[in-house]
Amino acid sequence: MLSSAQQSDAAAASPDNRPSGRRPLPPSARTRSSARRRRRLVPYLLLLPSAVAIGLLLIWPAIQIAIYSFQNYGLPQVTGAEATSWTGLGNFRLVLADPEFWSSLRISVLFAVIVVPLTLIIGTLVGLLLNRLGPKMAAFLSTTALLAWAMPAVSASVIFVWLFDPDGGVADWLLGKVPTWLDGGARWSGYSWTNAPLPAYTVITLLVVWQAFPFIAVSVLAGLKTIPSELHEAARVDGAGPWRSFWKVTFPLLKPIFMVLVLLSVIWDFGIFTQAYIVTGELGNRDEFNLGIYAYDKAFTMPPAYGVASALALILTIILLLVTAGYVRASIKQGAIA
Amino acid sequence: MTPGSIPLVRSVAVRNAGRPGRTRRSGKIILNLVAVLVAVVTLFPIFWMISTAFKPATEIYSLTPRPLPTHWTLSNFRNVLNGSVIGMPYWVFLRNSLIVTVSSVIASSLIALVAAIGIARFRFRFRTTYLIMLLIVQMLPQQSLVIALFLDFRRVNLLDSLLGLVLLYIAFSLPVTIWMLRNFVAAVPRELEEAAAIDGAGPLTVFRKVLLPLVAPGLVTTSVFAFIFAWNEFLFATTFLGTDQSKYTLPVYVTYFFGKGSVDWGAIMAASALFTLPVMIFFLIVQRRLRSGLLAGAVKG
Repeated sequence: MLSSAQQSDAAAASPDNRPSGRRPLPPSARTRSSARRRRRLVPYLLLLPSAVAIGLLLIWPAIQIAIYSFQNYGLPQVTGAEATSWTGLGNFRLVLADPEFWSSLRISVLFAVIVVPLTLIIGTLVGLLLNRLGPKMAAFLSTTALLAWAMPAVSASVIFVWLFDPDGGVADWLLGKVPTWLDGGARWSGYSWTNAPLPAYTVITLLVVWQAFPFIAVSVLAGLKTIPSELHEAARVDGAGPWRSFWKVTFPLLKPIFMVLVLLSVIWDFGIFTQAYIVTGELGNRDEFNLGIYAYDKAFTMPPAYGVASALALILTIILLLVTAGYVRASIKQGAIA
Repeated sequence: MTPGSIPLVRSVAVRNAGRPGRTRRSGKIILNLVAVLVAVVTLFPIFWMISTAFKPATEIYSLTPRPLPTHWTLSNFRNVLNGSVIGMPYWVFLRNSLIVTVSSVIASSLIALVAAIGIARFRFRFRTTYLIMLLIVQMLPQQSLVIALFLDFRRVNLLDSLLGLVLLYIAFSLPVTIWMLRNFVAAVPRELEEAAAIDGAGPLTVFRKVLLPLVAPGLVTTSVFAFIFAWNEFLFATTFLGTDQSKYTLPVYVTYFFGKGSVDWGAIMAASALFTLPVMIFFLIVQRRLRSGLLAGAVKG
């Protein structure tokens, strides 16, 4: 395997890396060249199992979504009572005329706009803090933070619903202790957080920030470790405070990392499902749907409208793929694809 | 520039110079206090889950919640374990989760390792295309794919089946595990493999005796990721295992109590703790290695 790696590398590097059939070969070289051709197949064979799995279970469904979104795919089509037929842009027209689509899109956008900066700021601050702490304290804090990160989304969501429960939840009790001039007091006793979009998404925001900031913090910390201390020292000698030194030294150097973190966070938060699904009551409150839940509801609440749901899923996928395009570009710039 | 913040910058410079004696004490104390505060806030929800799980119902619904149970009880755990809440004991769901997680982790690690070797050790056409494909594919939203996959799986009778979930979890963890493993494979010096090959070792021996031991730490890291993904996965599990309760994995089981009339928070927190604890313990054991892997896998791409 190894020697073949060397050979294929050499072949790739040499200028005459053409199919060997194109140039005349002495008879003695013919057997060698067929062996080389076989070796050239090795990387493809190594990639085959993963390509099949990814192709069948990720790429093919994505293609199917695109197809269904132009068809009238519903229960009669699934049971075979009626044949599927092409409906052009019918599903999209239906979606765009639905006020629920616009409200769910608004919730998805607003949620990402608020949560992404919030996680990044808190995560960066904790990352900077970790960089300043002694080794023991840093290990302690990063371990606790990563525990929140490793927490299953289902458990985390269930815990937060309980923390904010109107009967016996600790949040309402705490807010009741806050003096009235700070908007605390009795009005919070028995306050239900999941009955309206704003309080529900406040809970989801806290939950997502809690689970996502450790990843940002640890990534930022790793970036900070790569910055030579002389740079900050020089900034300090020039009279720069921590604020200036962050924006003039740290931030420009970590910009690629921040780029990737912003894009990843947008992708995660815009399409967030599990947390939103559980906190908003498992499809119970239609005015609290985000785009992902709205699509899910169209497909899995009776009667299923797979065509419409696919149109929604396609819209969601395209939005996220546009963000991903930025992510891929940032990754290429960072030299991750080599 | 505020006077109070100068020590922060200096303490870094000083520490890097290897003279810790000159750091300002007060700045250090404040930093440590902030760190403790962040840790406490971060740990609170986990603490509250465990504390609630040990409380009797009277204390759970008390108007003044206390941090620790006054009367510790195991009844919540007992109810979960013997199945008096859902009609089926916890062990059924634990077994389902273990089957799904362990088999998908093993399979995806093997497939990913083979692919990572292909990417890290060979130059070929479509190599860059394949890498970019991995990046894009891991970003496909699962709540979109679930619609088509549900219809596909219904066609081939893989709904209500643990095998169906295993196949899905393999495919979904592959992009990330391949992406991470290829860095680990690339980090193994080629000279070692060449030396073994010169000594007459065949490709398979080189793989087994040289590459595999050196990539093993990387395999541990990636399998932790695959493990956490499969153990925690909720969307597909709840959608595909809809009708057959005996097939539920733990995440579906934990949410099952929800919206079924009165909510028994003691039982939910106990179930949630029993679901979370294995992954937490596992995570604490490997976290040092995981942290480096997190960076190798995620930040670098």
